Amino acid sequence: MLLRYFIRRLLWMIPFLFVVSIVVFALIQAPPGDFLTTYVAKMAESNEGIDQATLERMREQYGLDRSLPVQYWKWISGLAVGDFGQSFEWNQSAWSVIKSRLPLTLVLMLSTFIFAWGVALPIGIYSAVRKYTVGDYVVTFFGFLGLATPNFLLALVVLYLGVRFFGVHMGGLFSDEYEGEPWSLAKVIDLYKHLWIGILVLGTAILASLIRIMRANLLDELSKPYVTTARAKGMAEWKLILKYPVRIALNPFISIIGIYFPALISGAVVTAVVLGYPTLGPLMLQSLLAQDMHLAGGILMIMCSLTVVGMLISDILLALLDPRVRYD
Amino acid sequence: MTEHLHDDTPADTDGDESMLADGPPLADGRNTAVASQWQLMWWKFRRHRLAMAGLTVVVILYLIAAFAEFLAPFDPNSYDRKGGFHPPQAVHLIDRTEEGGLTIRPWVWETELTRDPRTLVSTYQATGEKTYLRWFGEGDSYELWGLIPGNRHLLTPVDPDKRFYLLGADRLGRDMLSRTIHGARLSLLIGLIGVAFSLVLGITLGGLAGYLGGWVDTVISRSVELVLSLPTIPIWLALAAALPATWSTETRYFFITLIVSLVGWTELARVVRGRFMSLKNDDFVVAAVLDNAPQRRVIFRHMLPSLTSHIIASVTLAVPLMILAETSLSFLGLGLMPPAISWGVLLKEAQDVRSIVLGPWLFAPGVAVVITVLAFNFLGDGLRDAADPYN
Repeated sequence: MLLRYFIRRLLWMIPFLFVVSIVVFALIQAPPGDFLTTYVAKMAESNEGIDQATLERMREQYGLDRSLPVQYWKWISGLAVGDFGQSFEWNQSAWSVIKSRLPLTLVLMLSTFIFAWGVALPIGIYSAVRKYTVGDYVVTFFGFLGLATPNFLLALVVLYLGVRFFGVHMGGLFSDEYEGEPWSLAKVIDLYKHLWIGILVLGTAILASLIRIMRANLLDELSKPYVTTARAKGMAEWKLILKYPVRIALNPFISIIGIYFPALISGAVVTAVVLGYPTLGPLMLQSLLAQDMHLAGGILMIMCSLTVVGMLISDILLALLDPRVRYD
Repeated sequence: MTEHLHDDTPADTDGDESMLADGPPLADGRNTAVASQWQLMWWKFRRHRLAMAGLTVVVILYLIAAFAEFLAPFDPNSYDRKGGFHPPQAVHLIDRTEEGGLTIRPWVWETELTRDPRTLVSTYQATGEKTYLRWFGEGDSYELWGLIPGNRHLLTPVDPDKRFYLLGADRLGRDMLSRTIHGARLSLLIGLIGVAFSLVLGITLGGLAGYLGGWVDTVISRSVELVLSLPTIPIWLALAAALPATWSTETRYFFITLIVSLVGWTELARVVRGRFMSLKNDDFVVAAVLDNAPQRRVIFRHMLPSLTSHIIASVTLAVPLMILAETSLSFLGLGLMPPAISWGVLLKEAQDVRSIVLGPWLFAPGVAVVITVLAFNFLGDGLRDAADPYN
């Protein structure tokens, strides 16, 4: 049953990804000139002339002389088989550049996701149950502060504190001795010794909103008659809260994943730039600044597709948690 | 995080305001029975202490932005070669006269860059001399709003060759206080202009979807969902990268604002659509339609005015999103560029760890961003609660 539901949700993503691919393609086409004009400019910069015949041949090879719909078709059918075009900045296929950075990007995203939702849940419950206590006010205060502080600012502050008080530069993802080494348990541990800063920076911003959502929804449930009834019947307080109101308040908390996942991807770009992580965000910024549009477009497409992962997670979790969600 | 600063979760209700609508006259002479809708909203809003504080801060911030030239002690681009990374100084207000009595006049300790002979570390040391300051003195000349020429500043050094740094100086010895104050202008303005753009988009599209329904509603609602599910910063970056680098500062500013507003309209469209759908069947709207009022009149004369308060609340919550968006874009080097001065452009100076270790006061524009965003959020929350005074 769940499997069929899962497949149906997956199929729904196809029209979504189709529209997204049109948007991304339009963005790649937006800068004046095309891939070759930039290429020629690059060659001229390094004093390597390029003759007209070669240029014509390349234009044909990349299909740049065709109409836009044909170019789009070429691009999208390439994507389908993992051909993201050529990155002239790196002089290799865009996919191989992306591939080397994708795993760490996913690790950062999923770790942050688990951290944010995992921490927001107990704090949100505490904040609602102990409404208007000192603890609640402290949580609310930090929540607002987290909302108002841009990711990159928080990352900079963390970097500053690291150098100022511990004398270490906390950017990057690996210690020198593990750079370029094959994966091992020690390397994974070393990775997380660095990654927690990024997780913390990225997580706090989302954490704040998540706590507010959990708190507000739980407060709504706590004032309902069935809670009073259960309490009057002598049910243990914590058991009561966790068993009934929390389960209902979990729904919006879970369904928001679909909306906050894109926000997570967005935030990861800026945070990774500041912290110097070898993830997709800094690569995209770099390729945009160099007008390496095939690479930038490929990354953009992947980032947009990742939002689908968020939607899937939220759909499946909802289906698992709430028996009222219909599978058909 | 730059998006989804506010959520649609139900606000805490205290239940103590439900009597406002048709209760008896209150003790202080306010008569809720005959008060207008806006009067009721104001009363309800005034009780929200954080929102009132937010309103005050927002008004002060915009006043600072408006009179930046006068409030800033120096021209934001003037620099002092000997003042790079000068730390912030405190203003002393009480001074000792030559006879030993006390007088009131502002001054700061004069400093000098000295190099420790052994460690070779350069630091600013007080020379023991005082740099005297003057209220409303003459300083760098400017043109207020590009119109009114002037050279008076709130606080200037008596000796025009001297400088003082209340918030420290950046790498080139430019006064951070003056730069932060001037940065407020572009950063705060982008919020307002961006919101104006997204207001037009949001009301038009949301209104059409809510009023017409049917396939128009389906198309617009799906588009809103699509935009909401895209990661904003990568999209903004791609759009901003498409802007030619040769454009003038003004053109670039305009288009960056446009790009930033591409996110704000979805939330507004959703609010307007929902309200339109529920209003459509209200008695007074049905009456207007039955009276054969033209569609335009029904929408603009009858429906929109009753939405105004909700729209104002949504708009207020959209402004900080725009400000944060501009800050992030400029910080990454794809938004506004120098010589334009905005908080994001200023924070770009603080991008590498070396700079911020040398001058932590480079964070000043960041503090300004946080204060602004907080103030707008408190204000918006209060407005949203007050928007419907009959509930």
